Parts: sequence; structure tokens; C-alpha cells
Amino acid sequence: MDARRESEPTPMKNRTTVERKSERELVVTRTFNGPARIVFEAWTKPELFRRWWVPKSMGMSLLSCEMDVRVGGKYRLEFEPDAMAFFGTYLEVTPHSRLVWTNEEGGEGGPVTTVTFEEKGGKTLLVMHELHSSKEALDAAGTGAADAMVETFAQLDELLLTLG
Amino acid sequence: MVQYATPRLDASFAALSDATRRGVLERLGRADASITDLAETFHMTLTGMRKHVGVLEQAELVTTEKVGRVRTCKLGLRRLDEEAAWIERYRQLWDARFDELDKVVEELKRKEKVDGRKKRE
Repeated sequence: MDARRESEPTPMKNRTTVERKSERELVVTRTFNGPARIVFEAWTKPELFRRWWVPKSMGMSLLSCEMDVRVGGKYRLEFEPDAMAFFGTYLEVTPHSRLVWTNEEGGEGGPVTTVTFEEKGGKTLLVMHELHSSKEALDAAGTGAADAMVETFAQLDELLLTLG
Repeated sequence: MVQYATPRLDASFAALSDATRRGVLERLGRADASITDLAETFHMTLTGMRKHVGVLEQAELVTTEKVGRVRTCKLGLRRLDEEAAWIERYRQLWDARFDELDKVVEELKRKEKVDGRKKRE
């Protein structure tokens, strides 16, 4: 076993992996240097969620973010400048370990997102699983994300400075 | 007109914007086929099908090879490439989000520590 390291301010960047598990499934994984309860909190409190969900590099900002995090509760994110909205319903809410929600902005048959938080040695492995209704739906989702992603990482650096 | 300066992705999307061409890709996904086969399958003239295949070739989604009098079409090699690029764009979005989330997590950790200290004092 390797020696235990102090997890003091070691702002080491963990790797984000994305994998298409099947034609309809996409899995994103990432480890966070903090306990599951904290990572879970950042996914379920709107005032925290809105700080990271829309990085500046997306070229958009959140106009509003409402989240009623309980089974059957709704969420709604509205963006500017183009008034785009994402909304859906929480299907499962298990504190510190699991969230499942629907994505209803595209009408019926939208993807279902499952996020699990697994704590190990003070770190949290986050696994986000998206199940789409068809291969075409998943293909289109990726294209949309790419369009939204303006390649201005300089902006991200700027944000890091202001927050740091 | 076909613009040779069009970036690859634009060419791909333009190529895929047509139902017949998507059908051709699907058909070639099952087996290679000649232009004649494709024209018959899609009830088109040879000239019409040649044009469609030309657009797909331009986007590098299809390659063709002429053996004797028959031009055979098959799926292009860059499909894998595109898939990798698709994944990478998606990854960049999440990576950017998670970099921000890292900062939120760090802040909450610091806060907990300070609060914990206060309680102990």
C-alpha cells in the first residue's frame, strides 16, 4: 500500500473520462478531492450548482436555477442570452450517493441521467450515466454540447483568477 | 457548389443532412455496394446516386474503388476519428464543469474545517 498522503491543498487536477458504453449510453467519470457529502451538496444546492454547471467557456450564463431536490421534485435551468431552458424531474434522491433525473426539454423520451457518488479515502468517485432513447438522440446531444462549447479557455483562466 | 475549404465537420454535417445519403451510409454499414446497387436500392438514376456518393466521399464518410467497370463504395475510415472527436468535445465540456466543481468542493472543505475548528474552540 502506498503511504497516506496529506490531502491538504493539493489542487491536483483529476481526469475526466467520457465513454459511450453503448449506442444509447454515455458515461462520464471524475474523482473529486472531497467527501461525497460535499460533492453531493454541490450537485443539489442551486446556489452551489450554478457556480460550476455553466463554465464561462460555454459562452452562456445561467439566468435562473431552481431545484426541488426530492423524488418527484422539478428542476429548471434558464440560460442567457438565448433563453434556452433545461428542465425535468428527480426520480431518485439518495443523499450523498445517488441522483436520478429526467431531461424533459426535448419532449417525451428525453434522456435519463443517473449520478452516483462513491466515497473512498476522503475522495469521491463520481459516475454520471446518461441513457438516451436512441443512438440518434445521443449523437445529437453530443453535437449540441459541442456547439455550446465555445473554445475560449482563456475565459476559464480568467474565472479561475477572479475566484482564486 | 462543393467548397474544398469547408472544414471536415461542416462537410460531414452537410453530407448527413440528406435522408438518402444517411440511408446510403446505413446500407454501406451492412455491406459494401456498387453505385448501381445503391441506385436501385434508393430508386434513383446512376447520375443522381453518383452525386450523393460524391458528397459522402468529399466528407470522407465513404470511399470508392473502381474495379473493372464497377465502382464499389464502402464506409470511410474516418468514422472512428469522428467518434473520438465527438467524445473529446463532450469531455471538454464536462472537464470545464468539473474544474469549476473542484473549486466549489475545495471551498466547502475549507468551510467545514473552519466551522469544525470553531466548534472545538
